[in-house]
Amino acid sequence: MKLNWSDVTPKADWLNRRSFIAAGAAFAASPAAALTGKASPLSTDEKPNSFEEITNYNNFYEFGTGKEDPARYADAMTIDPWSIEIGGMVERPGSYGVEDLAPDNALEERIYRLRCVEAWSMVIPWIGVPLSSVLNKAGVQPSARFVSFETLMRPEEMRGQSYPILKWPYREGLRMDEAMHPLTILATGLYSDPMPKQNGAPIRLVVPWKYGFKSIKSIVRITLTDKQPFATWQDTAPSEYGFYANVNPEVDHPRWSQATERRIGSGLFGGRQETLKFNGYGEQVASLYAGMDLTKNY
Amino acid sequence: MKRQLNDTLRRLPVWAVWMGGLIPLCLLVWDIFTGGLGVEPVRDVEHRLGRTALYFLIASLAVTPLVRIAGISLMKFRRALGLLCFTYAGLHLLSWVTMDMAFLWSQMVKDVLKRPYLLFGMSALLLLLPLAITSNNLSIRRMGGQAWRKLHKLVYIAAPLVALHWIWALKTFPVTPGFWLIVILTLLGLRVAIPRPLGRGKPKGGLKEVS
Repeated sequence: MKLNWSDVTPKADWLNRRSFIAAGAAFAASPAAALTGKASPLSTDEKPNSFEEITNYNNFYEFGTGKEDPARYADAMTIDPWSIEIGGMVERPGSYGVEDLAPDNALEERIYRLRCVEAWSMVIPWIGVPLSSVLNKAGVQPSARFVSFETLMRPEEMRGQSYPILKWPYREGLRMDEAMHPLTILATGLYSDPMPKQNGAPIRLVVPWKYGFKSIKSIVRITLTDKQPFATWQDTAPSEYGFYANVNPEVDHPRWSQATERRIGSGLFGGRQETLKFNGYGEQVASLYAGMDLTKNY
Repeated sequence: MKRQLNDTLRRLPVWAVWMGGLIPLCLLVWDIFTGGLGVEPVRDVEHRLGRTALYFLIASLAVTPLVRIAGISLMKFRRALGLLCFTYAGLHLLSWVTMDMAFLWSQMVKDVLKRPYLLFGMSALLLLLPLAITSNNLSIRRMGGQAWRKLHKLVYIAAPLVALHWIWALKTFPVTPGFWLIVILTLLGLRVAIPRPLGRGKPKGGLKEVS
């Protein structure tokens, strides 16, 4: 059989088919029914990456630094039972279940572009709820200015945490106006599946105009504060990863350009595409940063 | 035992090393066409070529310490190992230019000048280029053994640069390329620590070491 370069690309087709079968099998096997989210005008109409791509190319250093590590090892993480501690400057602090924060009838589908700081990108159909709805449930006190998030810390289930790659547990934060922005969601599903573990089950943040690392996974703690919170990557390499981490083609990473990106799944010769400021969400979010120097507040 | 091994090695033709050395490339091509590369094939192609180049570089650096310490001579195959390294390094660069950067020349030039890891990699390749070009008997004759050996010491600079190229490209300090940097520095250090084969005294009459 003679094979050409053109035979390489259609792999996406069989990957899609495989993921469809896998998703079907998972559906049949698990009592957790498929998720459906209401369509949202905030979704992009770009074609989403396949389930296979989204779940097999991940940065989740809790399971290792390789892109395949999360898919390989995340299964060891227990996600049931799960609770999220909401505290700090809130009216109703306490322990919340995923179902309390993201009830089925409130779920929306948000098809978002995701741009990684490593200059690759995907399009992902998340299922989730606006973060603002969750914060409002807990009752935001007027003095709160920032939101801080924390990932599960369980080295016996998360093998990467046995190594001091980062200062565990992983922590991230948002300014209050960023957190309350309608684009910011807490996601509990992917396509119509409950969130896969390697993507941050059972509940994770998604902030589509910021580099992917801001969108913290497997959240166990949300704290409202009046001070800019600790952010793991900012702490690890402050010259490379700022607190804001807005996608910005004009501000290079010290070690690589951010002007262009490679879309995962575009094949061997798919080329690069230009990176859009705020990952293309500038119309909705640029006003949040009016008057700020984004080369300093990167 | 040592003699037996050396006898066997003497009988092994150089082309067999070339054949063996091209196996990783065949496996890569096989994986490209059978979908064995995962969801980001560009990165896999690029990284596998780069890693293989580094392994052959280390193999060629290991030849001299091996003969000095263990008395096992792979000297006959060193040229092939070096040229295999350069072949993979060249393909690694080619995959970056075509697949990763998609011929965005202006961005590539800017990136190479600005990014330490690209600067390290590109310098290493440029240092290895004259070595590859002069890897033939004609060049040794034309240049004279002394000058040729001197030129080929450029690999001592290129090899650590290759490891730094890998280390600097990653977000956190990575274990694997860090390990290979230590291996390279050890191999270079052994040249200084053991300047002649073990068990042999000082060569008489100021005989020059050929290695």
